[in-house]
Amino acid sequence: MIVETGHYALALALAVTLLQSVLPIWGTRRGDLGLASMAVPSAITQFALVAYAFAALTYAHVVSDFSLVTVVENSHTTKPLVYKIAGVWGNHEGSMLLWVLILAIFGAAVASFGRGMADELRANTLAVQGWIAFAFLLFILLTSDPFARRFPAPFEGQDLNPLLQDPSLAIHPPLLYLGYVGFSIVFSFAAAALISGRVDAAWARYIRPWALIAWSFLTLGIAMGSYWAYYTLGWGGFWFWDPVENASLMPWLAGTALLHSAAVMEKRDALKIWTIFLAILTFSLSLLGTFLVRSGVLTSVHSFASDPSRGLFILVILILFIGGSLVLFVWRAPALRPGGLFAPVSREGALVINNLMLTICCGIVLTGTLYPLVLETLTGDKISVGAPFFNLTFAPLVLPILLLMPIGQSLSWKRGDFLGAAQRVMVAAAAGVALSLVLVAALRGGPVLAPIGVGLAVYLILGSSSELVSRIWAKGQAWRVTLARATGLPRSAWGTAIAHAGLGVTLLGLAATGWGVEQIAAVKPGQTVDLGPYQATIVKLEERQGPNYSEIGVRAIISQDGSTVTTIEPAKRTFPVRQTTITEAGIVTLGFGQVYISLGDQHPDGSIDARMFWKPLVTLIWIGAIVMAIGGIVSLSDRRLRIGFARRAIRGRLSGDPVAPQPAE
Amino acid sequence: MTALRRFLILLVVFAGLAPGLASAVQPDEILADSKLEARARGISVGLRCLVCQNQSIDDSSAELARDLRLLVRERLKAGDSDAQVRDFLVRRYGNFILLKPPFDSETALLWGTPALLFVAGAIPLLLGLRRRRRSPPPDPLSQAECDRLALVLNADIPSE
Repeated sequence: MIVETGHYALALALAVTLLQSVLPIWGTRRGDLGLASMAVPSAITQFALVAYAFAALTYAHVVSDFSLVTVVENSHTTKPLVYKIAGVWGNHEGSMLLWVLILAIFGAAVASFGRGMADELRANTLAVQGWIAFAFLLFILLTSDPFARRFPAPFEGQDLNPLLQDPSLAIHPPLLYLGYVGFSIVFSFAAAALISGRVDAAWARYIRPWALIAWSFLTLGIAMGSYWAYYTLGWGGFWFWDPVENASLMPWLAGTALLHSAAVMEKRDALKIWTIFLAILTFSLSLLGTFLVRSGVLTSVHSFASDPSRGLFILVILILFIGGSLVLFVWRAPALRPGGLFAPVSREGALVINNLMLTICCGIVLTGTLYPLVLETLTGDKISVGAPFFNLTFAPLVLPILLLMPIGQSLSWKRGDFLGAAQRVMVAAAAGVALSLVLVAALRGGPVLAPIGVGLAVYLILGSSSELVSRIWAKGQAWRVTLARATGLPRSAWGTAIAHAGLGVTLLGLAATGWGVEQIAAVKPGQTVDLGPYQATIVKLEERQGPNYSEIGVRAIISQDGSTVTTIEPAKRTFPVRQTTITEAGIVTLGFGQVYISLGDQHPDGSIDARMFWKPLVTLIWIGAIVMAIGGIVSLSDRRLRIGFARRAIRGRLSGDPVAPQPAE
Repeated sequence: MTALRRFLILLVVFAGLAPGLASAVQPDEILADSKLEARARGISVGLRCLVCQNQSIDDSSAELARDLRLLVRERLKAGDSDAQVRDFLVRRYGNFILLKPPFDSETALLWGTPALLFVAGAIPLLLGLRRRRRSPPPDPLSQAECDRLALVLNADIPSE
């Protein structure tokens, strides 16, 4: 019964989105504010209905209602509760429902918190949001119904893909979708601005919180996916330039560019048309990502649900939205007046370079991902575009971004002094170079790139705070003044510094991979293997029984100079229901580095193949991403970005001030 | 086309045989000569496991990947150079096996993408810069604007 009402709620939500798509636009066109204001209640109703449908599906999974096809195909009574819940979105139908749920959450958030916005902008934004929701709800109901029944219902389900029965996979899709779908709001704002033909610095201020939220979640989602691949797939890699990874990297690159160009637009009223374009591009790439993953065009480890007939439907959605928004852009963008002027050497100029480079990076990922598909379609020839291609083309573009990043941060708006800015990051640069040289001298004969990478990372981490230091600290200044200045600094400046430092931290982790140690051996209890500063001694090899799997496990003692540090227990699990085997790598974090052991085949003589690593500073790769996301959140807490701001400004104007108060920059 | 057909046959054969998961490079494959082994690893990182999804044979646990790793090592032991090993595999399996596509008429556009994008982005920027340099300075403020400016500058700054 609950399942039926969930299904009904979904159909009802489709009807509501139809109202949400049409009425507000009609209202703003006719100047009928009553009609336009329908946007708010319909967005909230849509959210309530979709949330109910999602809850109903979750209920079916939790109670193992095997009359539902998705539950049969992805669940099992012995599966732990957390994976019964995660199983809701561990399949195509459920994950699309999650996608729409998040879309509805963002729509309802704009409806509830956007009271300070111009009514017309809010109404049009929600209408565009309604179009997207309509398209995807229709897609779900027509091609991917999560509530499809099966009769007669079997007594037992087929279990969830074992690779997905993992805590981080339980939260990876929601995080990633919060990022992907979060950019839909920015897209809707852009489309609304184009429809009304009005866009100004206030618009950039409205979109920034949403772009920051989406960007922070996307950053976390990508990092989580990368860490999942690192410890689940069992060979210690963390980024494979897999098409599915690329699909999430592209919106991230475009979204990063968008955040920066929106900053220029907000502060200086420049780069308007470009910012609108990036807003469209970012969400288009999110849609493209959804299409690539969901259609099964690309086969990869992540495509656990692929069905070409659905692909066609998403392709149509893709063409309608990307094509439609680009047509709207080409038609309306010339009407937007370009804003503030700036000299080439200025904060704006640096951000333009940043945007150019990030967009090119994004273009390379896009081409590299789609080229084999297009080539095969046109000529029938198959080629592979893998990690070596991306590493080769990406690095030369990322390098200038990294080098310029701290300098750009220190340049002033409008007209900057390059030498002065370079001087401000001198300390950071000197520290980086010195550390590189020391490392090269100390570890003669080691890898070449690693010390350079470490130096660059240190330059980034120190350099990202040099702007703050110059704004806070002065020689001979009392500590109290320094503290007051530090707390008085806008949170967005802190956010920038933290996020940039986070990138440096990630780079540090990447650079340190050069000093990793790898041992491949068939090991037996009693055997000791050297792993960099540590030794791994195998002490036990046994077979065990889990709730819905059986496993061969190894216990190894990790020691350093004869004293035991910790133990590590890698395993190889066999899931009988799906007849699949996965390696459960044994990982232990020591400092920021990790000892990593994954198991292979067992031999008749009792030994087992093992791949063992010492990975120095490897956790910094993901910690850096978390730091970046924290930077985003800190920036979000900036008072100027609080969503209620615009309302206060309007009140100020209404209260008869001749000049609306401008916030302190 | 024959390469493709052979690949398809292999795909069918190995899809059935490939086990769930073993370790990637296995201990018994490793060559005694550490220099040769390092070269073998270097080559196999750049070769695609034909039955997997975007994995190199160095990372893959499929049977085919193991066979290819052994093949690479056999050729190296027989005295082939790195390039000869790659050519041998390309002759057998086509360019599909190379994770770094070769530069030819089919991939010129792919390899040219970074440069094309850079030019496409840089030209409008430079043009904009030149136009801006040439454009005359903006008109001086009118009297009304000056008055308004004075009003703004002298207005009490709200304490925010």
